[in-house]
Amino acid sequence: MSESLQQHGPYHDKVVRQFTLATVLWGVVGMLVGLLIAAQLAWPVLNFDIPWLTFSRLRPLHTNAVVFAFGGSALFATSYYIVQRTCHASLFAPKLAAFTFWGWQTVIVLAAITLPMGFTQSKEYAELIWPIDILITVVWVAYGIVFFGTLVKRKMPHIYVANWFFAAYIITIAVLHIVNNLAIPVSLTESYPVFSGSVDAMTQWWYGHNAVGFFLTAAFLGMMYYFVPKQANRPVYSYRLSVVHFWALISIYMWAGPHHLHYTALPDWAQSLGMVFSLILLAPSWGGMINGMMTLSGAWHKLRDDPILKFMIVSLSFYGMSTFEGPMMSIKTVNALSHYTDWTIGHVHSGALGWVAFIVFGSIYSMLPKLYGKKEMYSIPLINLHFWVSTIGVVVYIASMWIAGVMQGLMWRAVNDDGGLSYAFIESIKTTYPYYVMRVGGGLLFFIGMLIMVYNVYKTISKSESQVSLEGSSVASSAGVSA
Amino acid sequence: MKHETIEKNSALMGVLIALVISVAGIAEIVPLMFQAQTTQPSPGVIPYPAVELAGRDVYVSEGCYNCHSQMIRPFVSESLRYGPPSLAGESVYDRPFQWGSKRTGPDLARVGGRYTDEWHLAHLINPRDLVPESNMPGFPWLQDKEVDGELITTKMRALRWLGDPYTDEQIASASSDVEGVTEMDALIAYLQFLGVANNGRAQQ
Repeated sequence: MSESLQQHGPYHDKVVRQFTLATVLWGVVGMLVGLLIAAQLAWPVLNFDIPWLTFSRLRPLHTNAVVFAFGGSALFATSYYIVQRTCHASLFAPKLAAFTFWGWQTVIVLAAITLPMGFTQSKEYAELIWPIDILITVVWVAYGIVFFGTLVKRKMPHIYVANWFFAAYIITIAVLHIVNNLAIPVSLTESYPVFSGSVDAMTQWWYGHNAVGFFLTAAFLGMMYYFVPKQANRPVYSYRLSVVHFWALISIYMWAGPHHLHYTALPDWAQSLGMVFSLILLAPSWGGMINGMMTLSGAWHKLRDDPILKFMIVSLSFYGMSTFEGPMMSIKTVNALSHYTDWTIGHVHSGALGWVAFIVFGSIYSMLPKLYGKKEMYSIPLINLHFWVSTIGVVVYIASMWIAGVMQGLMWRAVNDDGGLSYAFIESIKTTYPYYVMRVGGGLLFFIGMLIMVYNVYKTISKSESQVSLEGSSVASSAGVSA
Repeated sequence: MKHETIEKNSALMGVLIALVISVAGIAEIVPLMFQAQTTQPSPGVIPYPAVELAGRDVYVSEGCYNCHSQMIRPFVSESLRYGPPSLAGESVYDRPFQWGSKRTGPDLARVGGRYTDEWHLAHLINPRDLVPESNMPGFPWLQDKEVDGELITTKMRALRWLGDPYTDEQIASASSDVEGVTEMDALIAYLQFLGVANNGRAQQ
């Protein structure tokens, strides 16, 4: 039954439904591209000598599609859903909200066209060319107006904790995006950054690390702070912990960027700052994990038969694991081994698949029936199947990349008794092939899980309406609400 | 101030968030703009000549940075494999920087002069002709497109405006310098230019 109809008057949920479906669509696309490029590393013939199918052009498409199209659409959907319900207010400027949907989808389509064509700035996760960057800025400002406008018109005295995280993410991403993309255009598709060399490197990884910290972490913690208590039907474990870890997380994350540049030509003082703050970051990260997990305390039995809750709790476990691994990898001596290897790729995916994608899956399974006036998802066993297939997929993926990464790091540094190198570079590639194949297998499982979700979502939405109206929830009025 | 005050005031919360997240960028990025180590070119390092600049843009456009770093770390094993450690002063003309984050292939910071032009050409057309175990894609289409002389002149002007010391003569001759040069030629010229000013082999 739709809670929106019960108590707090009309919410604008059309834009939420649109972004939710976009999330599922871009999840399929982004993961499919990921699967292709993973296969290209194992079987290079799959590049086909076709420019727009070449690994080096598609890898940015994969990262942009999964982070900004899949993850981004999920964040728009859930933040609009959550801010209305926790503020007991409908969206401020709903037309502007509709603009953010079409604007964001335009950005995604433009990215999908320009990146395979080789139009790129080459700054990781900020590859999109300057005209698209301007469109992103406009959409983002509109997003900020809708979100903060809704906060301002709230009928609750307090701003709910999920919205603190969304607020921080919206403000910070705006700052990061604008500063990192300061550039002088030289044509419609090319530009040069105003910063060069080390300054550009530091700016880029200040951006890149916090794209992870705010887009892929703070914002998804916002999602977690609404849907975990909702699904578990328990209050958030500790209010005090949420206050402390929120402010600690957003202030400390910003300092950690230089750990992407250990042992480079970046001055040592900056590297040391990055390492120290990365280590401290473990505390607020685990604060979030503990607060989410302990919300279930006293209700652990629910994990036994609620696969949605399983997704959420396992996502928090992966969050805890990768936020432990991250600080370890930022220790310079560990980084000396791990940097430039596939270990980093494994680390990123334990966060991106295990944490980000899992909390998205859980949240969508929880939210979608309510958005469409249904009691629950079409099939709970299929959610369970999705959970197990993708969990195995993630584990295979990260395990293969860990092994590959550590092996590469050890081979690159191995020196013979006579002082010469033990291995030519190509030998490390040769040894990695089996793990690249294994990684394709893990990715394939994860992708199959995504397809199971598509089917379940489709069946839920198209579930016979008579059945629903029998249960007393009116699709017609829920559609009317969104108008 | 009690947290309740912040929690009940969205404007106050927004301002505090903005303050808290701004400190790190100011502390870590701004000083680098004034540090000689990061802003002054190392001896012998010059802005990319027209052909090499065009090649650099091909390198960026094809996404080479996804698999190749240009940053030799100060370890014995790296110096044995790639040459002397990279210096900040070697990338002051790199917009954007190309240090990379992943070595699916080897580091290229000092690849200049290591192989012949013919080797690079054959390798870029089909890497497996020369290195059977390689998983690098081929880039045969780079031979089909010529560098745009007018655009390269615009680019050098823009870079000079940003502070890179190009001379009037360099800009005036840029268009003719790249005449008949394919993207493949330009990319190879760029690769051959990488790190030569400081590779420890220059004095030979």
